[in-house]
Amino acid sequence: MKTNIFALPQLSLRFIPVWRRNYMVWKKMAIPSVLGHLADPVIYMLGLGYGLGGMLPQIGGMSYITFLSAGTVCYSTMNSASFEALYSAFARMQEQRTWDAILNTPTTLDDIVLSEIFWAASKSLLSGVAVLMVIWLLGLSHSPLLLWIIPLSLLVGLCFSAMGLIVTALAPGYEFFMYYFTLVITPMTLLCGVFFPVDQLPASLRLVSAILPLTHAVSLARPLLNGLIPAAILTDIAVLAVYALICYYICLVLFRKRMAQ
Amino acid sequence: MNNVISARNLVKVYAGERVVDGISLNIVRGECFGLLGPNGAGKTTTLRLLLGLIAPDGGAIELLGYPIPGQARTARLRVGVVPQIDNLDPDFTVAENLLVYGRYFGMKDSDIEARLPELLEFANLTHKRDVKVPALSGGMKRRLTLARALVNDPDVIFLDEPTTGLDPQARHLIWQRLRELTARGKTLILTTHFMDEAERLCHRLAVMDNGRIISQGSPADLIANNIEPQVVEVFGEQAGCWAKNHAALHTERIEVSGESVFCYLNEAQPLLLELKAHPELRYLHRPANLEDVFLKLTGREMRE
Repeated sequence: MKTNIFALPQLSLRFIPVWRRNYMVWKKMAIPSVLGHLADPVIYMLGLGYGLGGMLPQIGGMSYITFLSAGTVCYSTMNSASFEALYSAFARMQEQRTWDAILNTPTTLDDIVLSEIFWAASKSLLSGVAVLMVIWLLGLSHSPLLLWIIPLSLLVGLCFSAMGLIVTALAPGYEFFMYYFTLVITPMTLLCGVFFPVDQLPASLRLVSAILPLTHAVSLARPLLNGLIPAAILTDIAVLAVYALICYYICLVLFRKRMAQ
Repeated sequence: MNNVISARNLVKVYAGERVVDGISLNIVRGECFGLLGPNGAGKTTTLRLLLGLIAPDGGAIELLGYPIPGQARTARLRVGVVPQIDNLDPDFTVAENLLVYGRYFGMKDSDIEARLPELLEFANLTHKRDVKVPALSGGMKRRLTLARALVNDPDVIFLDEPTTGLDPQARHLIWQRLRELTARGKTLILTTHFMDEAERLCHRLAVMDNGRIISQGSPADLIANNIEPQVVEVFGEQAGCWAKNHAALHTERIEVSGESVFCYLNEAQPLLLELKAHPELRYLHRPANLEDVFLKLTGREMRE
């Protein structure tokens, strides 16, 4: 009699109208949104890249700003997905009750969760493309491999939107998200090779770094920017994909539990 | 098949409490069925069960011939819902809200666009077509929510407290629209705690309390079966004292609430004569109504 909250995801194409709904809202504020996506990474890249980079030697055959730009693509796609999956998804679920409205139609919770993941990943994609444009405009890289950053942004987006949605499924309110940002996102930014090579860390921290998904994103992005094929390409992709799939399942179970109340 | 909704022995337990405790109902095509009850009686939970939004802990449900919650998705193609709390999309205009909602039913944009003029007309919102939701009044939002529930041209419409928080003008317009829907053969199931709303709109009612249906029937039947036909309300400081000494003789049943005394009787004349001897008391003589039934069945204490 009871519906099983642990059931596998019920996939259907009905998630598309929900994605389109979010896209329609975004379109109304597209310009400020794109500028927002650009401001933060560009300031980091220019400030640290030229400011700090001027005092540093080359790292692994590239200037510090090029080194940093690879980290910035990853960190900025991570942030876009995380903000969307936490604050915006929570607003739709709790504050605006958009989800409740949708659930009264033939569209189900499984459709909604899938659409939230793809929507947040779409924001990552946008963010990745925006930073890529800046890298290209600044002339930091001319390798055609650069274009692989686009699908990578989507994969990083899927991974971090699924992770973020777990937190949203558990959140009593917006304040709760501070924990996630201070305990997960900030360490991720500092331990995963965004600003400096992971080898600089002591051995114990390197172990932590190795299991964090952003490390694997950076380890893919950096060689691509430098015109090289990443060394551990399959492992890195697998880690990101496994994070995405496992977190997708966990957040779905948690949302089913929450929405059955 | 004339049964649009049938439920048998529904049970829903939250944290050890039986919020819905053995409810059975049959709702037939074209009727307006009302669920009446104080706050916390289990009305909204019952609606959510019937819609398949939550799974029952016991019992069986059929909606439009489909087992619920098993085939809720298919059943909901033919269902419209007006929720208790407005959940319109604040970023969208009136027309965009209808368009986006229609897509959730898998409707093509062109089909939704074709329905828009009729829906806007029905909701008296034609002139507000391109206005964003936050700029609408409470009554307009409610009408838009009703129009949204009709976007898929449903056979059954669920309405959870459709007029709560509206002013009398706005309520009367909603009532008129709901009557038009039943006249078109739509089946309506609504919850309310406004007795006048239930009395005007509903062909049949179920009074709920503590998760159970305690009485069921047409508004007239509920009144005839549960309560004396005449009521005399007596007000004033001395009303309680007077009731104790004089009223009991002529009255079937007396209820005291603060400085008001409610006398329920089959024949009012003897009591009215008796009241003539007490000019210090104000009184009102009226036929019994649904509110009297409701208060008799569910008690006068506050529910929080």
